[in-house]
Amino acid sequence: MGGFILRRVLYMIPTVLLVSIVTFVIIQLPPGDYLDSLAAELGESGVDNTAVVEQLREQYGLGQPMYLQYWKWMTGILLEGDFGISFEKNLPVTDVIWDRLGWTFAISLMTLFFIWAVALPIGIYSAVRKYSMGDYVATFIGFIGLAVPNFLLALVMMYVSFRYFGQSVGGLVSPEYLDQPWSWPKFVDLLKHIWMPIFVVGTSGAAALIRIMRANLLDELYRPYVVTARAKGMSEFQLLMRYPVRVALNPFISTIGWILPTLVSGEIIVAVVMNLPTTGPLLLRALLVQDMYLAGSLILIVSLLTVIGTLLSDVLLAWVDPRIRYQ
Amino acid sequence: MTAIDTAAEDHAETSVKAPVLLGPWALMWRQFRRHRIAYLSLYIVGFVYLVALFGEFLAPVNHLETNTRAPFAPPQHVHFFAEGEDGGREFGLHAYGLKMEIDREAMRRHFVEDPEKIIPLGFFVRGHEYKLLWLFPTDRHFFGPKDPRDKVYFWGADRLGRDILSRIIMGTRISMSIGLVGVAVSLIVGVSLGGISGYYGGWVDNAIQRLIEFLRSIPTIPLWMGLAAAIPLDWPPLRTYFVVTLIVSMIGWTTLAREVRGKFLSLRREDFVVAARLDGLSDWEVIRKHLVPSFASHIIASLTLAVPLMILAETSLSFLGIGLQPPIVSWGTLLKEAQNIRTIVEAPWLLIGPGSVIVMTVLALNFLGDGLRDAADPYAH
Repeated sequence: MGGFILRRVLYMIPTVLLVSIVTFVIIQLPPGDYLDSLAAELGESGVDNTAVVEQLREQYGLGQPMYLQYWKWMTGILLEGDFGISFEKNLPVTDVIWDRLGWTFAISLMTLFFIWAVALPIGIYSAVRKYSMGDYVATFIGFIGLAVPNFLLALVMMYVSFRYFGQSVGGLVSPEYLDQPWSWPKFVDLLKHIWMPIFVVGTSGAAALIRIMRANLLDELYRPYVVTARAKGMSEFQLLMRYPVRVALNPFISTIGWILPTLVSGEIIVAVVMNLPTTGPLLLRALLVQDMYLAGSLILIVSLLTVIGTLLSDVLLAWVDPRIRYQ
Repeated sequence: MTAIDTAAEDHAETSVKAPVLLGPWALMWRQFRRHRIAYLSLYIVGFVYLVALFGEFLAPVNHLETNTRAPFAPPQHVHFFAEGEDGGREFGLHAYGLKMEIDREAMRRHFVEDPEKIIPLGFFVRGHEYKLLWLFPTDRHFFGPKDPRDKVYFWGADRLGRDILSRIIMGTRISMSIGLVGVAVSLIVGVSLGGISGYYGGWVDNAIQRLIEFLRSIPTIPLWMGLAAAIPLDWPPLRTYFVVTLIVSMIGWTTLAREVRGKFLSLRREDFVVAARLDGLSDWEVIRKHLVPSFASHIIASLTLAVPLMILAETSLSFLGIGLQPPIVSWGTLLKEAQNIRTIVEAPWLLIGPGSVIVMTVLALNFLGDGLRDAADPYAH
């Protein structure tokens, strides 16, 4: 087990390195940089600023070749935990991002639990009562969950809750709580808001997982060991939970690997629509104004945390199911 | 006598002993038709592609034409019976004109239908000129106001008074073709890389598998957002379209490559492949003549399931404003108009029209792919 974990961690290093390079290349792709747009903006207001801009360019090393800039950025992160500076906000990137990353991952994790809580019982039900009315309804809702894009569902939910329930939409707390310290009413208010992004991001994942759970359980349900247990007079519910469901549970853990990236992706889009204080809107804005270190750091850290989450799910899977070989 | 008898016997024998031999494709078709929803979806998808093909003919008005007198005009209903000249009711398709009213308290304009003003509607009416199938210049439109000067908004209008229905119809072409072109790209990349990986094995296989694992382990949206945001705004629409398609197609090929690799691995040891190789066929011939036909049906099924993913990806990127840009009309750019809640409350048709078209199409493509996947292996069970 120890060797397996070590090997997996070592495998992660080239992946993370590759992510950092790809990220850096991507944020360098647009022609020009933030200082160009800054210069244009200052130029419009009639200030002669070439000297200032040139000095800034020098300071951030923006004129240098790409590999040098990458090296500078990477060593800064690794040695000093310095992710560079956000040009637009004129603050170190680290001051801006941690809150938002925390929310992104909090929402993604809660969504994961939501998906499990929904998909497990419904998946079991549709497998046991195959071709029943309930199964058809679950399948149909599942397909709709796959077919409705996250942002569209978010818009519809916002419209419905605004129109018919008069709830303030967007954000994680009502405006009046924004600047207040944490308190019980604020927490309750948070709960009133946070279920919506969780539901929106979770539907497509839940739909996929219901189908996987159903298919896997159907494979197990007619195995001889189930018949044996039934012949011994075990109650149907106990039998179901103790044997086939346990076997069919594997995908719940192994799917974290691909569900987590999609959840994070979904959260980012939904956050833009719902105006949540998470990475989504920040990243979009940073990309649009070419605030490159901010955008790059966000992509890098989100990817890194996702890779770590996948690693954890692999380890968990190996621990839960001894049949998985440590290869 | 005897001759007739034998002939009759022969006939009886053939009718019993020699049933119609169905090839694998015919068997698949038969299996596929059993999946009712998938079969229905085939027609829906076919219809959507027809709409994409004959867009200008079906669009009642020019989708680019703005109308300052009808910003956010609500959908107009089609009425069937009009009051005839003799005072009786007679059949005649028409819609009521819109009257703008100003609500002084709320300081807002809104539209009401004006029963006095009747706009006659008809089939195959004259309207703006276009080229049917990019070839034949004509000005006939399937359905619309009989007088080209009248404006009717069956599904409402957007903030510039452009007809939503016509825009959805024209957007179908872009959105659906992005799905197709994207799938074609991922087919080429996926099948070649998956094939190489599965056929040769060894370090090549290892390298390609690591690459796929890498691509699957990172959250796609932030990366695609980065790539899409890198498209300069002043690029010509066609180039933007092509690059967005490429970005979108990067989503699909990994699944396909894995599937092809798995098939290659399992088929490589099959007797007929070994026999073909012993017959002296080259690697390429074995792949082309024996391996590809035996998993083509699976590939078609996976491709069908990849199309909706790409349509959704394009829609999401364009919605965020970093995919296709406004002069191009796609379902995603249409939804971009409905980005904030106040617009939606004021003009829900901006969301309802494009939204339901997307959901219906993606749903149909998913069902179709599901049915194809079930039918892909007619010898199973």
